[in-house]
Amino acid sequence: MSATAVDPTESAPAPDAGAEILLSVNNVEVVYDHVILVLKGVSLSVPKGKIVALLGANGAGKTTTLKSISTLLKAERGEVTKGTIELAGEQVQDLTANDLVKRGCVQVMEGRHCFEHLTIEENLLTGAYTRGAAADVKQDLEMVYAYFPRLKERRKSQAGYTSGGEQQMCAIGRALMAKPKIILLDEPSMGLAPQLVEQIFEIVKKLNQEEGVTILLAEQNTNVALRYADYGYILESGRVVMDGDADALLSNEDVKEFYLGLSTEGRKNFRQVKHYKRRKRWL
Amino acid sequence: MEAFAGLFGIDPFDLWFFFEVLIGGLMSGVMYALVALGFVLIFKASSVFNFSQGVMVLFAALNFVGFIELGLPIWASFILTMGVMILLAFVVERVVLRPLVNQPHISLFMATIGIAIFLEGFGELIWGSNIKPLEVGIPDDVVFMGDAMIQQADLFAAAVASVLVLVLALFFHYTRIGRALRAVADDHQAALSVGIPLNTIWVIVWSVAGFVALVAGIMWGSKLGVQFSLAILALKALPVLILGGFTSIPGAIIGGLIIGAGEKLAEVYVGQMLGGAIEEWFAYIVALAFLVFRPQGLFGEKIIERV
Repeated sequence: MSATAVDPTESAPAPDAGAEILLSVNNVEVVYDHVILVLKGVSLSVPKGKIVALLGANGAGKTTTLKSISTLLKAERGEVTKGTIELAGEQVQDLTANDLVKRGCVQVMEGRHCFEHLTIEENLLTGAYTRGAAADVKQDLEMVYAYFPRLKERRKSQAGYTSGGEQQMCAIGRALMAKPKIILLDEPSMGLAPQLVEQIFEIVKKLNQEEGVTILLAEQNTNVALRYADYGYILESGRVVMDGDADALLSNEDVKEFYLGLSTEGRKNFRQVKHYKRRKRWL
Repeated sequence: MEAFAGLFGIDPFDLWFFFEVLIGGLMSGVMYALVALGFVLIFKASSVFNFSQGVMVLFAALNFVGFIELGLPIWASFILTMGVMILLAFVVERVVLRPLVNQPHISLFMATIGIAIFLEGFGELIWGSNIKPLEVGIPDDVVFMGDAMIQQADLFAAAVASVLVLVLALFFHYTRIGRALRAVADDHQAALSVGIPLNTIWVIVWSVAGFVALVAGIMWGSKLGVQFSLAILALKALPVLILGGFTSIPGAIIGGLIIGAGEKLAEVYVGQMLGGAIEEWFAYIVALAFLVFRPQGLFGEKIIERV
């Protein structure tokens, strides 16, 4: 499938017609504070067992899209005013966060949000809250430690005193403890050294392949995200402007130009870029 | 020396007397700490400054003594009162907290003042406004340590407070719910994201605060009788909190001890020079000084900053 511009009013485009769709977002509109329209009809679908990347600049609506799925919007005076969200075929936009986590959809928030005064291990155990006193929690703790050996070393440290990379690992590990079918991963590269970013993406990919966890990833770092993802959507001002297989997007001229900073035509000055951008506007 | 003693009306160098005053003060500090504990619990889990904690102490004591007067045994009254406090937690969550979620903290604070006024009136409506003696078999003899006289009831209160704090500490550190409570205290949003239901947490934490209020109410009630001035006395917990830090359980205890001991000692040794009655406001002066020099209190949540 080649990269194509889409009409946002169409229903969710299918990244891979053959695969079972785990999560689909259909023409969702989000309004903050009853007035600010942030998402203007976003549709996307995430096939089971894949990594799907949601790309775009600051303020494009990536985080809002993830939060509309995880229902965390409600805590920020945001509201889904139109459209539906389906998880495994069932509408979930009216559920509470608690129900959603029980159904296997967990968000890892932007900026980690570890529980600072809890130790790493307590953070991870808190992730298993919705599972009650399930007996296999201990076993899963070991599983998380196997993927993130660094966390095992720091298990007794208060999360607030660990490094940014460790906190990111802790946040991902904490989400894993809920035994999710799908993780909504928001900007895992934020504030991390490039090498660490690669390391975290490696682990995410491994989790995806070995544990079969589906991942919807919001990321500004287009290059890294597309190298690890199977499929990508590009958001601009609250709309999906382009989508396609990760490889196709990586080699797409427009993506190269606007998101990867690569150009075949040499340097342009600012005036030309503006003009060019306007001419190339996808919508 | 003689003249000096005459000036104070007491011998300032009598160590046993000093000891007696100190211990008396520490013990009343324990009582303040019991009330402060309830404030801390709710503040930690929901950042709500619960002005009604003092009235909750009164309300719990009123119910407890009311059930006893109806002829119920002490244990049944205790359980029944606990039931009432849990019911109160549900009602507060449903009627006050849930509609006000995401509103500024000041709105929630105002709402808790409303709860305080309501509870006071409601308690009076049901149980009447007479002073009721409360007798639950707490020993009321005195014991002597050297020459210092100590109330057994005070020792009993100290023991109860210690057990309570220990139980709470264990609960917060080693249970799933306790961990969740601390998680919510740290980061509401993140707690939501891992599926911790905030509404349930609020009910639990208000119930625990209700339990603490009940214990404090029984202690205060058997010392002074169950009367409406308990609610005002309980406001002494405010300087305790400012001293100990709003987010720290050990802070509430140690703050209580310092305020209790400080005000008694000040009353006895300094008060005479100022014409007495210093006990009433001493705590607030200490709190004021703390607000100026160490606003997070002695044990307030350390703000973790990574460098």
